[in-house]
Amino acid sequence: MRIVKLKKESLFPFLEAISEDSDLWAPVKKGDKHVFKLIDDTSQIDMDHTRTILPPRKIMLPPQFNMFTATPSTYQSDFSHISKKIIFGLHPCDIQGFLIMDQFYRNMFDDPYYTRARDNTLLLGHSCWPDEHCLCKSTNTHVVEDGYDLFFTDLEDFYLVWIGSNRGDDLIRKKPEFFDENIEDSDIQSFVDWRGRRDQAFEDQINFSAMPDLMELKYNDPIWEKLGDACLACGSCSNVCPTCNCYNVLDKPHLEKNASDISRCWDACTLETYSEVAGGENFREKKSDRLKLFYTHKLQAYISKYGKPACVGCGRCAATCPVGINVKSVAKALDGEDVDVFWNRLSKEVRK
Amino acid sequence: MNTEKTPNIQSNPFIPEPARIVRTYHLTEDVKFFQVRIADMDKAVSFRHLPGQFSMISVLGAGEAPFCISSSPSRPGLLEFCIRKVGTLTEALFRLKENDLIGLRGPYGNGFPIEAMENKDVIIVMGGMGAAPLRSVLLYCLDNRDHFKRVTLLHGAKRPAEMIFRDEFIAMKHREDLECLLTVDGDDTGKWEDNVGVVTTLFPKIKDVDPANTVALVCGPPIMYKFVINELVQLDIPKDQILMTLERRMKCGVGKCGHCAIDYIYTCIDGPVFTYWDVIHMRELI
Repeated sequence: MRIVKLKKESLFPFLEAISEDSDLWAPVKKGDKHVFKLIDDTSQIDMDHTRTILPPRKIMLPPQFNMFTATPSTYQSDFSHISKKIIFGLHPCDIQGFLIMDQFYRNMFDDPYYTRARDNTLLLGHSCWPDEHCLCKSTNTHVVEDGYDLFFTDLEDFYLVWIGSNRGDDLIRKKPEFFDENIEDSDIQSFVDWRGRRDQAFEDQINFSAMPDLMELKYNDPIWEKLGDACLACGSCSNVCPTCNCYNVLDKPHLEKNASDISRCWDACTLETYSEVAGGENFREKKSDRLKLFYTHKLQAYISKYGKPACVGCGRCAATCPVGINVKSVAKALDGEDVDVFWNRLSKEVRK
Repeated sequence: MNTEKTPNIQSNPFIPEPARIVRTYHLTEDVKFFQVRIADMDKAVSFRHLPGQFSMISVLGAGEAPFCISSSPSRPGLLEFCIRKVGTLTEALFRLKENDLIGLRGPYGNGFPIEAMENKDVIIVMGGMGAAPLRSVLLYCLDNRDHFKRVTLLHGAKRPAEMIFRDEFIAMKHREDLECLLTVDGDDTGKWEDNVGVVTTLFPKIKDVDPANTVALVCGPPIMYKFVINELVQLDIPKDQILMTLERRMKCGVGKCGHCAIDYIYTCIDGPVFTYWDVIHMRELI
């Protein structure tokens, strides 16, 4: 059993059946956008969207959580952010984001706050349709070969369901009556047609393999100053990025006794104090230097180390940055294209 | 003693080990020496580090930060740190007394390549607080003296009163197995009997350098690197045999929090010791 068929009306009953002993997270509508939310009623789930505001890594490592509680002589780990979870509705880019997270958090030192949460979470993917911001075909993350437990491809009248793991297979076996192993030639043809149409739907193509060299060659290019002039240093690009992992550690003392809660919260390399050390020395005081670090990580460093960009093409930075600084506009500008974005117009004004 | 330990501690690299301050005293007006011992005796005895590695030190309510280990692994059991008062955490550390507890994690980082340094001449150049990490490798070389050929120490401080480990280094001038060259930028006491001038003024005193078989270790304030490295390059010491140890903001020490990232490397796991070639190769290093 590798790929099976599921009737459309059986999806929610199936999700209800498998999430009896787990927290079910899925996309729901919020204003005119979508967010991943803990589901208590499957009718809230809305798959008619391209991307959620925050990436699903917020479910694995919440924006802030307690790591341990300490007294001078004792340390008590706190893993209360971890529970058995099922995340439904992950697009291929989000699953690829988790694969990059897996590689990162298991490298050398295992980070138990991530890996234990990950080991307790099942990833259920869902097919999607690109909009003007999507870049996943350029990053080659529009398809997933592994990383998911189940993957649902929506083919109008039915789902084709890929079973990606042993644990995914266990889920299917909870409700075998919902699934049909007989996949007919016409079903295969509708998948092939859908995939062909989907692959044609991408508006933009970025040559990511050229980026490491361009980043190196344009290290001192005035483009970085222009970007820095326009950047608001708000950190939104990091918050919405599925592959950003930087965090800060906070020590919150208890008021009544000599103890502290040591918690971890999301950080962003574009924020001013990111590289500041004690005594006030700041290794990246300029916004342009901090942006350069962000894009070095996404477009150069990760490619040098792992052979692929640390960008999964989800388009969240493009949909979020108020001044139009995003993977697409930066890559195009590095490639010599004259990009008409807010930061370009603004810096012209500034230079006057 | 610590009796409430949970099984989690073993598998959680972010949980510090309680450690006791054994001795603490001022080295200069704003620099204090800390000798600490891990409270758990088994762990205190089994703790091993490489010269150049660092530990994460925490004080409850004040936070956690990386500090290089100033003691040598050739003298195990006690760990020594040399800490300047610059912020919230170090101010809290300065308020602690002997027998108080701190949190300790590590050791982390690559450390100096002591095996590759064996049978070579070693030149150690330290400026100001740069003595903190380099004292570890200096003591290691002296404790394993027959593993190394010539050992030369160049140490510069602003004023005699600001020279950390001043008495220890002055005492080393009498050793026959070490060329110990000390200098101060300016002598406001009138009692300094040694060289006056920046650390590069000591270089003419090093004679007959065998550059291909020399390893140079450098640590000091950012301004010092440029001039010292220039001297070392003039001596024809290969770029990958000039080693330096760097400072960055760190929140984890284990390559996860991102703050110490430079290009595609993390100072905490790929450093803090880098070669001069690394510095040319990765522009943000110094």
